[in-house]
Amino acid sequence: MTDLAELLTPIVMGVLLGGLYALIALGLSLVFGVMKLINVAHGDLVLFSSYFAYATMTFLGIDPILSLIMGIPVLFVIGFAIQKYLMNRAFGVSMEAPLLIAFGISLILQNFQQILWSPMARGLTTPYALESFSIGPFRFPLAYLLNFIAALIVVLSLREFLRRTYLGKAINAASQNKRTALLMGINTGRVYAYAFAIAMATAAISGVFFGLTFPFTPTSGVSSLILAFGVVIIGGLGSMLGTFIGGMILGLAQTLGGYFLSATAQMLILYVIVLAVLAVRPQGIFGR
Amino acid sequence: MPQETLLKVSVIDVFHGSLQVLWNVSLTIKMGQIVALIGTNSSGKSTLLDTISSLIHPAKGGIEFEGKNIATLEPFQTVALGISQVPEGRGIFPDMTVLDNLIIGSYNRKARSEREQNLKMVYELFPRLKERKSQLGKTLSGGEQQMLALGRGLMSAPKLLLLDEMSLGLAPLVVNYLYKALREIRERGITILFVEQNVRRSLAEAERAYILEAGRVVLSGDVAELREEEEVRKAYFGV
Repeated sequence: MTDLAELLTPIVMGVLLGGLYALIALGLSLVFGVMKLINVAHGDLVLFSSYFAYATMTFLGIDPILSLIMGIPVLFVIGFAIQKYLMNRAFGVSMEAPLLIAFGISLILQNFQQILWSPMARGLTTPYALESFSIGPFRFPLAYLLNFIAALIVVLSLREFLRRTYLGKAINAASQNKRTALLMGINTGRVYAYAFAIAMATAAISGVFFGLTFPFTPTSGVSSLILAFGVVIIGGLGSMLGTFIGGMILGLAQTLGGYFLSATAQMLILYVIVLAVLAVRPQGIFGR
Repeated sequence: MPQETLLKVSVIDVFHGSLQVLWNVSLTIKMGQIVALIGTNSSGKSTLLDTISSLIHPAKGGIEFEGKNIATLEPFQTVALGISQVPEGRGIFPDMTVLDNLIIGSYNRKARSEREQNLKMVYELFPRLKERKSQLGKTLSGGEQQMLALGRGLMSAPKLLLLDEMSLGLAPLVVNYLYKALREIRERGITILFVEQNVRRSLAEAERAYILEAGRVVLSGDVAELREEEEVRKAYFGV
């Protein structure tokens, strides 16, 4: 009995944490699903949002979640511009060109943030970020719950957007068959730009919640990128639901791994699961 | 009553990269006509359709649609002007439902306002599509996919419908059904340019035909005249 009850902590933590992982991975999944582009700058762009929220909090005293009112449009426009002026042109050059550009953006962001903020760890420390809530006799960090709720809202909204709106359907169509999408009268260049912009908007949201949960440094983008990759590989590319489930699996793997084995085993478990999925079902659980 | 010229292709050269595919190709289609494009596999028929759709731009020569120069436009602009292509191999979106496939056909702004009435027309032409409207594209049979591709092409409210090898891989009964639908489409005032492997079928359905060979127009004219040379055509194409 005690064992089962004790297990509740890592399970709940894992599921809630999984929400954050899914939220981070959404943007990566969307960009790859639509444009077959591996945005290696994704993690750093998430961190950009964390630092942006940190700046508004420190200098303007605005709550990080509230600052998303500014953060989302900023990252939306940045994403639109990156796709329209850099990536769209790079597609015509070679297969590697967009990857190189993403890599370049990653380097620039990391160094820029290093210069601006120093390597010192920062955190979005708000009063509620340190609070906890309880289920029965167990207490969990409130931030984890907020992450999960945010993830749920974003994933569901995105799914409905992609299903119901013309732009959403166009994004879907362009990802399935570009040539035919062109024949439908879809301006694929512009659709790609919107897709990237939307991906960046989700990155903005995930950056804030990431910063609320964990301390971050300019190189935290790398670890969040690896996490996002893991989520996407497990859950399957191009599937919103898959990304969400993938996040859960990764979160649970981490917390349960830490519970049954050790803290250092946490990351190892992650990699083992990713490798297993690649071996058995490379397209991911919900992948096409 | 003279018919107005809808599409005028003037002496175009088209390249795929550095490889020339079309030489001095000219083509005129008047409003309301149904014109066939005939030729063997590598004659450049699909390239010609793709050039009209602005997927490729001619290196030389011009293309006019309703008097407007469309040779340098982007594909989405050409669709907005009223040219819709039903691609070879259907090109339906496999992981979208039949309904979504049709809806995406009305993506261009002008067609959106006509969506419901066009949808009704498509369902009347192809009741099977209405039955299967919630099914994913990839679950349809070949014939149904062709109906879907054709219906989808109509959703963009086109003035000119381009068809690339509609009958490829389909049973004769299905092909008959499709061509019957095409005749109905024509009655609604839509001009048609179709590529068809089967020479006899092409000459049976079209009023005019252009015969392409190795990237050049070798023969063109009213089908009534061309039919007299059908014996030669049969020998030529081994049909």
